[in-house]
Amino acid sequence: MSLHVSTDLSVWIAALLTLFAFSFLYKDNPVYRFAEHLFVGVSAGYYIILNFWTVIVPNLWEPLVKTFAGARGSGGLPSLFQARLGDYRVFLAIPGILGLLLFTRLFGKIGWLSRWALAVIIGVYAGIRTTGTAQADFVAQVQGSLQPLWVAGNLAATLNAVVFMVGMLTSLLFFFYSREHKGTLGAISKLGVLFLMVSFGAGYGYTVMSRISLLIGRFQFLIEDWLGLR
Amino acid sequence: MSWHTALERLDRRWIFLVMALLVAGPLIFPPGLPLHVSPPVQAFHDTIARIPNGSTILMSCDYDPSARPEMVPMTRTAFRQLLQKDCKVVITVLWNAGPGLVEATLNDIAREFPSKRYGVDWVNLGYKAGDDAVMVLMGQGIANAFPRDYRGNQTRSLPIMRDVRDYSSFPLLVSISGGFPGTKEWVQQVQSRFHLPMVAGVTAVSAPEYYPYLQSGQLRGLLGGMAGAGEYEKIRGENGAATRGMDAQSLAHVLVAVCILLGNVVQWAKRRERA
Repeated sequence: MSLHVSTDLSVWIAALLTLFAFSFLYKDNPVYRFAEHLFVGVSAGYYIILNFWTVIVPNLWEPLVKTFAGARGSGGLPSLFQARLGDYRVFLAIPGILGLLLFTRLFGKIGWLSRWALAVIIGVYAGIRTTGTAQADFVAQVQGSLQPLWVAGNLAATLNAVVFMVGMLTSLLFFFYSREHKGTLGAISKLGVLFLMVSFGAGYGYTVMSRISLLIGRFQFLIEDWLGLR
Repeated sequence: MSWHTALERLDRRWIFLVMALLVAGPLIFPPGLPLHVSPPVQAFHDTIARIPNGSTILMSCDYDPSARPEMVPMTRTAFRQLLQKDCKVVITVLWNAGPGLVEATLNDIAREFPSKRYGVDWVNLGYKAGDDAVMVLMGQGIANAFPRDYRGNQTRSLPIMRDVRDYSSFPLLVSISGGFPGTKEWVQQVQSRFHLPMVAGVTAVSAPEYYPYLQSGQLRGLLGGMAGAGEYEKIRGENGAATRGMDAQSLAHVLVAVCILLGNVVQWAKRRERA
């Protein structure tokens, strides 16, 4: 096993910044804060430039410029005010204006105008998310929960279905608060809590795995890419 | 000072040090702990294996560098499997810090296939802001949502996009997701509306959220975190970053379990002493 330390400057910068970030584990210090502030500043600049060139320019600026320059739509038709998707339309000026209205928050007296844009954003997203959630998380999940409790010739599948059904019903009844959890309902709720605790335990295990994965990723970078230990 | 008081007052930096040694050690000297393939991972692989060779596949890589250790190994193996099947791959990114990392990862794999050409066999459409709204818009036309690709080409001018209209052009969606927007939104907005078959690779922290989708058939296969990526690499006979990291992962989990046990023992001992 030998060292093959990287000669790439970008790798060195990344490695040093990683070590700066790790130094917080010992105690708070100036090099950690330098890495933290650098990250925040670079991220903000990167996001602004990225969004400008990948969203504003191709989706708003270029279509509007072509529209007002008299370019024709893909169907060979005059492009202004013809609402066919895929063509360049002046209607894009509307989201453009709404986007600009968001910045009125910077100017005290007319700040209320930004609410119009926010109303559109909230309305559109509420509509999209509601239908998506209803279809995918409600209807499809109810369908998926309706399983046969007896699977002929497959004892494991039968047992699995029974455990699933008991777990689902007892967990649901745990969240039934219209009656005090005493007697039969209390016993069922306690069983439901056991199932919920199993799911919390699984969730915790997966969370630990995710966090350790991040640490492993950085160590792999330091050991393999930076130090070239092999 | 009693043993449990000493444990209770233990400087947590000792735990950090032991964790660092347990993670670094196996990466330098891999013990080669066994790794078993779970059914959801096998299903992920088999679903891709079953699609006809030469199909055009939609692959959404929705993550950024913060999820790199879990997401990149999945992306590499899935993209490699698709190119080996001569599939054409259309890639999208819905996380704003993701396109650069995704582009580098795809280029790295594409270099293994000298006959595969950008714009013909695969295309990176890059990032688009809008989350769920982008997914809905793609249903009305992929090129409408992504007029230009990541490299600045007009999307409609690319040969790979000639036969791509909307979701009906794809037999499968491969979602590699680090959180929101990601697999959950693809299931809600695309799988349930357009009935596009889906497989997903997700971060471990979010994996429990997706098992109901797997159980209901909304997902055909699931990779959960680094373990899922490692199992997938094992099926494909690869020795990737996830496989190399799994030894460290296992030992780190043992330390966490020991810490939890010791913490409970200390609390139990304190209660007993008070009584």
